[in-house]
Amino acid sequence: MTVNTSRRGFLKGATAAGAVLVVGLRPDGALAAGNTQAQINPFVKIGADGRVIAIVKHFEKGQGPTTGLSTLIAEEIGLRMDQIDYEFAPSNPELYANLAFGPFQGTGGSTAMANSFQQYRTAGAAARAVLIEAAANAWGVDAATLDIADGMVTGGGQSAPLGDFVEAATALEAPSEPVLKAPDQWRLIGNADVRRLDSAIKGDGRAMFAMDVHLPNQMVVMLARPPQTGGLVAGFDDSDAHHIKGFIRAATLPNNAAVAVYAEDTWAAIQARDALSVEWDLSNAETRDSSQIKAEILAALEGDAEYNVLKNDPAPMDAAATTVEQTFYFPLLAHAPMEPLNCTIEANDDGGITLHDGAQMPTGPHMALAQIFELPMEKIRINTMLAGGSFGRRATPTADYQVEAALAFMITDRTRPVKLVWSREDDVRGGYYRPAFGHKVKVGLSEEGEIVAWDHRIAGQSIFKGTAFEAMIVHDGVDHASVEGVADTPYNIPGMHVGLTDTKKATSTLWWRSVGHTHTAYAMEVMMDMAARAAGRDPVEFRLAYLGDSTDAKRKAAVLKLAAEKASWGAAPAGRRQGIAVHKSFGSYVAEVVEISGSAEDGVQIEKITCAVDCGIAVNPDVIKAQIEGGVGYGLGHAMRDEITLTGGVVDQSNFPDYEPLRIGDIGAIETHIVPSAEPPTGIGEPGTPPSAPALANAIASTGPRVALLPMVNDGVSFA
Amino acid sequence: MSQRLKLNGVEHEVDAEPGTPLLWVIRDELKLTGTKFGCGVASCGACTVHVDGEPMRSCQTYIEDVDGAEITTIEAIGNTAAGAAVQQAWQELDVVQCGYCQSGQIMSAVGLLTENPKPSVEEIHDYMHGNACRCATYQRIRAGIQRASEIMEG
Ligand code: FES
Ligand code: FES
Repeated sequence: MTVNTSRRGFLKGATAAGAVLVVGLRPDGALAAGNTQAQINPFVKIGADGRVIAIVKHFEKGQGPTTGLSTLIAEEIGLRMDQIDYEFAPSNPELYANLAFGPFQGTGGSTAMANSFQQYRTAGAAARAVLIEAAANAWGVDAATLDIADGMVTGGGQSAPLGDFVEAATALEAPSEPVLKAPDQWRLIGNADVRRLDSAIKGDGRAMFAMDVHLPNQMVVMLARPPQTGGLVAGFDDSDAHHIKGFIRAATLPNNAAVAVYAEDTWAAIQARDALSVEWDLSNAETRDSSQIKAEILAALEGDAEYNVLKNDPAPMDAAATTVEQTFYFPLLAHAPMEPLNCTIEANDDGGITLHDGAQMPTGPHMALAQIFELPMEKIRINTMLAGGSFGRRATPTADYQVEAALAFMITDRTRPVKLVWSREDDVRGGYYRPAFGHKVKVGLSEEGEIVAWDHRIAGQSIFKGTAFEAMIVHDGVDHASVEGVADTPYNIPGMHVGLTDTKKATSTLWWRSVGHTHTAYAMEVMMDMAARAAGRDPVEFRLAYLGDSTDAKRKAAVLKLAAEKASWGAAPAGRRQGIAVHKSFGSYVAEVVEISGSAEDGVQIEKITCAVDCGIAVNPDVIKAQIEGGVGYGLGHAMRDEITLTGGVVDQSNFPDYEPLRIGDIGAIETHIVPSAEPPTGIGEPGTPPSAPALANAIASTGPRVALLPMVNDGVSFA
Repeated sequence: MSQRLKLNGVEHEVDAEPGTPLLWVIRDELKLTGTKFGCGVASCGACTVHVDGEPMRSCQTYIEDVDGAEITTIEAIGNTAAGAAVQQAWQELDVVQCGYCQSGQIMSAVGLLTENPKPSVEEIHDYMHGNACRCATYQRIRAGIQRASEIMEG
């Protein structure tokens, strides 16, 4: 994905919005007294009281864009962080497109900061320019003599809050190429003391997640879904549900995919759904066991691959004096965000529809709802709420849960809002998993212990084929998300050949925090470790030998060296062992050293993780650290013990007791070091995840077994 | 069935059948949404409230069992010394990410510090084990509890 950072897109958007809103006028054209908000451009609103509001086009699932994008606006205008608030943008793919996605509004691929960095700074600078011009006009001084700092316009011996100039500023035309602050003028960007804007409300119960929507007269809907993918409703009996107080009715969705249970509140919906008995048509349902899926994937690693990804000759294994070989397996995984999926739909007085949703990809449900309700796009509104995590789950190419809610609402008389609520069981069993994948890698080494051949086979289910994003990601049959991190590795590996085989769909699959890198980083970094040991060389020094002079390789080498240095690589305290891994994903480079005690037999304890990250300019260093911490935890927790398994097509797991989250005592301290950089910012929500599990595997293997079939508890490792 | 409930110092008359989890009375009937639904089976801690000062999972606490009890939720925990200290520490360290688990984390942390004002790392791990955070903010939760303990010491 390339990020279009040209300013043209921004200015076009700015003009469009400028035409819609005029400060001081109510929508009916009458002059309003006080309290008006001026929309300076699509990304900046200012109240006459001088409070600036950043319009955030990305949803907040904890990864920090509300703080990050507000920081860019505050920096350029000249504000303190306590002088800026944020609001989520409405759904409008023209104004609020993700510039990495094309005309599509959404968050994913760790692009929130990367695609917004230029755009939001430009928006802030444009706002600053008109405010200064308005002040210059009012004071009759040269604009060049004025400055804005801490929200005050100052110069020529005068000083006034910027709020004094808002009304005049909105009548001015923003410069087409506003001057951005130079990095040496930055006070907020890169400042480790900048705090999150959403901390306070998330600590005292004020934060409103989509789950907290409570519209007057709303009904709560839960769905009885088929036990297996592909099942359909054949009939149902709700007689037992009628005894439950608050039960309203049950009805089959128009697509026969589920029975909707309508109730006055959540508890009534939970009980009524339990009381429902549904007859399923399972003639086209998935009936395989996950062991069959695993066997199919492992079989696909043998023989000829379907795609020759690098379009080159087979790896010259004949040239090798010795070889190391390993087969890897990665199971299905659920995202299990803390807030179960949900959204609320209501009819508006103007005949339109409003969706209240922790909307990760607003344009998807926006289009789906327009189709379902046969309404023009402008009649559909999306109110983006805070999301209690996602890890990719709130962004399905099918807008799965929003469509469920829309269908459940459609078949009512539409006088009562419908709030669709998933239980944790619905979530764990609800599909859209990280697909299962297998890798089989054979590395050939010369007498001198140098890599001469690398044969890398990958098999698994494509995420992108058959979705609206296929054209963007799939080329010549190869889903890039199946091979990313291998086929495009910054390592300069001689004699590398990559084969890919797509396997049959077993259940719906989806991107999961760091997408293909969830498995490719593991295979690459464990193989590097095995090759280094086979060559009798230090794993860090061995890796560096394959990181050459390209900028890409140098940045990867730099984080590897920094993590090794900060972790005192090779000098672990008594009783501790270390493993290292380094990986590039979403444009960022992360190296991690995992330090453990104990043993695979008696229980491994993860004592410490030392991380080094290069994600370009570090806009909010503390948010970056938090994302690395979270990414590491997410990667390690699943690698240790989680998997989704199927018996006869039915998911065996159901809730946290059998899809056990990482717990507080599972991992020790995480230390993160940021490489200073002047490069444009790149991803941070996902890149912490890929190196964590292979670094742990490499630590375990330093004196114990080589773990290659995940989760680790299935491959001979116990945890303390 | 109508029942009296004392929540955050205020008496409420609520209409709920026996067997109704306290969680849904708080969220759907009293419309205090700071207390979260995460699993419904007492295995994530997102729904933690204090019943007579003790952290309890409200998803597995039934309305008939809290008759006459004093219930405190995240919305009012800041009125206690430990609650204010934990909230301050959480902000200083920016513990939260998505935030969805954090009401429960804070309610448990306050329970711990009330019982044990200077907990060791092991004691923190033991006490907080049942509070899951899918964003894995654990290291800051640990540090937040230690920082709150310092704040309380004054
Ligand atoms: S919702 Fe009560 S413990 Fe999870
Ligand atoms: S902050 Fe997201 S689950 Fe804890």
